[in-house]
Amino acid sequence: MKLLTCPMNGPRNIDEFQSFGPVRAKLDPDGTADTDWSRHLFRAENRKGIVVEWWRHVPSNYFFLAERDLVSNEIIRTFDASELRDLA
Amino acid sequence: MPLRLLKYGLSRDYPVSGDIPATPELKPAYDVVIIGGGGHGLSCAHHLAKYHGIKSVAVLEKGYLAGGNTARNTTTIRSNYITPEGVAFYKEGVELFERLSQELDFNVMFSQRGQLTLAHTEATMRSFHMRAEIGKHMGTRTEVVDQKGVEELCPLLNMDYGGPLEILGGLWHADGGTARHDAVAWGYAAQASRRGVEIHQRTEVQGFEVVGDRVQAVKTNRGRVACGQVLIATGGMNYDVALMAGVELPIRCYPLQAMVTQPLKPWLDTLVSSVSLHTYLVQSSRGEVVIGGGSDPYQLYSTRSTLDMKEHLAEGAVHLFPFLQGVRLLRQWAGITDMTPDYSPIMGASPLANLWLDCGWGTWGFKATPVAGKRMAQTIADGRVPDILKPFALERFETFQLLNEMGATAASH
Repeated sequence: MKLLTCPMNGPRNIDEFQSFGPVRAKLDPDGTADTDWSRHLFRAENRKGIVVEWWRHVPSNYFFLAERDLVSNEIIRTFDASELRDLA
Repeated sequence: MPLRLLKYGLSRDYPVSGDIPATPELKPAYDVVIIGGGGHGLSCAHHLAKYHGIKSVAVLEKGYLAGGNTARNTTTIRSNYITPEGVAFYKEGVELFERLSQELDFNVMFSQRGQLTLAHTEATMRSFHMRAEIGKHMGTRTEVVDQKGVEELCPLLNMDYGGPLEILGGLWHADGGTARHDAVAWGYAAQASRRGVEIHQRTEVQGFEVVGDRVQAVKTNRGRVACGQVLIATGGMNYDVALMAGVELPIRCYPLQAMVTQPLKPWLDTLVSSVSLHTYLVQSSRGEVVIGGGSDPYQLYSTRSTLDMKEHLAEGAVHLFPFLQGVRLLRQWAGITDMTPDYSPIMGASPLANLWLDCGWGTWGFKATPVAGKRMAQTIADGRVPDILKPFALERFETFQLLNEMGATAASH
């Protein structure tokens, strides 16, 4: 059993969570070309390394972020979405 | 005959040469460099040498021959997809498998025993009707069967009448089958090397020399190799390898796990697959029951196995065949699958003029080993993409012309 530490619910079995994939930059809905939309939709981060991604704790429907290593599967840290704007 | 056999057995000329020669010295240049010594790369090499007369070919393999996803897949061969483009392509793949042992002079143990996919919901039945009609239209053997039909095809199934997972019917694909994955790769490797293709194991590609819109050379741990044309066919490493050439593919990597039970007497003659349970079973010619294929629920570049997936696959298998509950597992393993957004592969041109892609094979690549190799060889030899491959172009994502095969792919997220 792999544990994921939810910022709200503490350490829980990773089975209780749903991954929503790497964080993507928000696009301007009016000023974005089609090619940038296709990039935004279809090319998520997949490099070998650390990604910041959205997760959801399913029973409590709480969305948060996690930094995870895509090679070792180590979860480096988890944090509330309010911190996201500091990363940007 | 017995006398001839005896003479053959005692003869000094008995052909004991290995099928695949040892890795030779790397030459400074080749007409075609194929990155990835798995089934797809070797199949392409074979077709280049045999049908297009291109023999200056090097297959570069980071590890050992066919040790990646060629060795890790669950050997399902079928063409019951949902897009006409997909069905046309995979149909050719099944037909090539039907005569592959003759083509390779190597027994790939192709067993066309049919695939039965089960529906537990009305929604799945509706999608089966659609797949069956498209399949028939494209000339494949695909039909919807009712509960009685399922019982006749697979009498040992737990129909779960009245239960939450009652089997309402199935999609019967008589063209479906299985073959020995290692033999497919070895057969292609043996044929290709007999015609002059060089197979370089333990040869890792570390970068590309790109000048303008062309790859001049491939940099490896054994030196630099100049190349006329380059093919990327590296399975789970496709994203990584293409990125070294500056090509960013719409791929996300997920591990796919499978497992196998101890050998049993033959009892399961069809391939059985359940959409709702995300579980499929096939009994190998050794009697082991291969149980696949669980995709991990999040991106990862690790081939570790997990207890969670073991439990999930065992639960599905025991639900379908309750008598499996006491059977022991022999092995569990994983491969890295390069998943595309629409569950269809990416074949054809790249933004670089002489770099070709045979990528995005996700959880569905083994069945396409012969046809992808054949058509990519044609592409490389002619310098242009044949019609059958055009729908699979990388540009389809920019033009939003996706080929959605999610519903027809057994392992999904």
